[in-house]
Amino acid sequence: MWDWTAFLHYLHSTYLMTGALMSLGLSVGAMLIGLVFGVVAAMMRMSDRWWLRLPASGYVWLFRGTPVLVQLIIIYTGLPQLGIQLGVVASALIGLGVNEGAYLAEIIRSGISAVPKGQFEAARAIGMTWPKTMRVIVMPQAMRIIIPPLGNAFNGLMKTSSLASVISLEELLRRTELLVQVQFKVLEIFIVAALYYLVLTTLWGFIQQWLEAYASRSIAGEDSMRRTRLPPAVEAESVVLPS
Amino acid sequence: MTPAEFETVVEARGVHKHFGHNHVLKGVDLAVRKGEVVVIIGPSGGGKSTFLRTINYLDRPDSGEIRINGAAMGAPQPGSGRATLSDAGLSRQRRQVGMVFQQFNLFSHMTALENVMCGPVQVLRTARAEALADAKRLLARVGLANKEGSYPAQLSGGQQQRVAIARALAMHPAVMLFDEPTSALDPEMVAEVLQVMLDLSVQGMTMVVVTHEIQFARKAADRILFMEEGRIIEEGRPQDMVDSPRHERTKRFLHLVQDEK
Repeated sequence: MWDWTAFLHYLHSTYLMTGALMSLGLSVGAMLIGLVFGVVAAMMRMSDRWWLRLPASGYVWLFRGTPVLVQLIIIYTGLPQLGIQLGVVASALIGLGVNEGAYLAEIIRSGISAVPKGQFEAARAIGMTWPKTMRVIVMPQAMRIIIPPLGNAFNGLMKTSSLASVISLEELLRRTELLVQVQFKVLEIFIVAALYYLVLTTLWGFIQQWLEAYASRSIAGEDSMRRTRLPPAVEAESVVLPS
Repeated sequence: MTPAEFETVVEARGVHKHFGHNHVLKGVDLAVRKGEVVVIIGPSGGGKSTFLRTINYLDRPDSGEIRINGAAMGAPQPGSGRATLSDAGLSRQRRQVGMVFQQFNLFSHMTALENVMCGPVQVLRTARAEALADAKRLLARVGLANKEGSYPAQLSGGQQQRVAIARALAMHPAVMLFDEPTSALDPEMVAEVLQVMLDLSVQGMTMVVVTHEIQFARKAADRILFMEEGRIIEEGRPQDMVDSPRHERTKRFLHLVQDEK
């Protein structure tokens, strides 16, 4: 029996909403940690020094090769045995973040590899140092390629964050389960939780679309954002696309 | 140092370069005086482009020496205790050498104006307003004042290459290197780029140009070098080189190139 009254009641339950916000915060935090690890690992993997490449490859291999759930449990439940005691939030952030970093490293690396070599050379030829070349010339162009898979990774992360419920972090799924245990409206409450996740990923979808358009604004084409930046006369003239 | 030596902007001595087992440069020497235009011609794979790229250390020579205004490229600062110059030090040296590439290599995420301003603002730390005024002036000089807001993908090949020349000029380099600047262009766009280069040479810019455009070489060059198999085979004044080359291989090459036209 489906209980509409209960469903509508839980739909605006502050208890669940706070849980959803926790899920969102956890995802954002883990993504930021992942980006730091990912950028560093990507740079290291592209180095011509083996002692930089090797640890980065090992990191990617290890974290992509084992389930994130196992990693979370090891960090929260296993590490105290070695005297490393992390709180539940810290464990979840580190576990999800470091794991995500291994995936992001591959995304970032492929984005940087896709920037033509001539862009590096032109930057070097006008006297840019390597870090400046990366920051001013290469990364902005790599972003165009990186942002779509990066956005998908964040979408995935928002759902994967539910695994933190296993180590008793009170995010959306954990709170849903706790609520179900006392109120017994299993289907209604879980459907509400699913809708919350759906709202989060849908909103992110819109943000991602905007980000993708923003990163591609210098590509000639039907991009609406560019239209507002350039007078029509410029576009009317002969445009030769690079082959 | 005598004044005459000081006037030498680029000096290469015994430059060797290998790519794997391929010995690409086999001891190249060259001295370019201030204001001089040197054109390097020769068959593909003869090491012309590689030599040009060793001048600003985009390709590091295996042995030999490059000096720009008397300073050895890539040499560590005295007392630094390093075997080679740091990345920052080498970058500082490269500012003095402008380079124009066959494939233009304009920064695709920046407008024409931003491309030209990028070096002064990011590398020389020039004030933005000043860099902007200079960039506008340079774009006008290459005939593209009306393309300031265009992205590279919206420009023709010839226009892109002229922006690339303006970008290199914005650094106020001591010498400009041109690596086959018209080879990737459609025939109708070659002239506009060559005209800009010709103007530069008339205005006294020191230039080293790798090209197959013999007529341009004849008009603009003070000296033509013929390079083959990693060596400079012959050099001379443009008229002598184009009309009456001494070396058999130079003759054959010029025949081939001019028959194409």
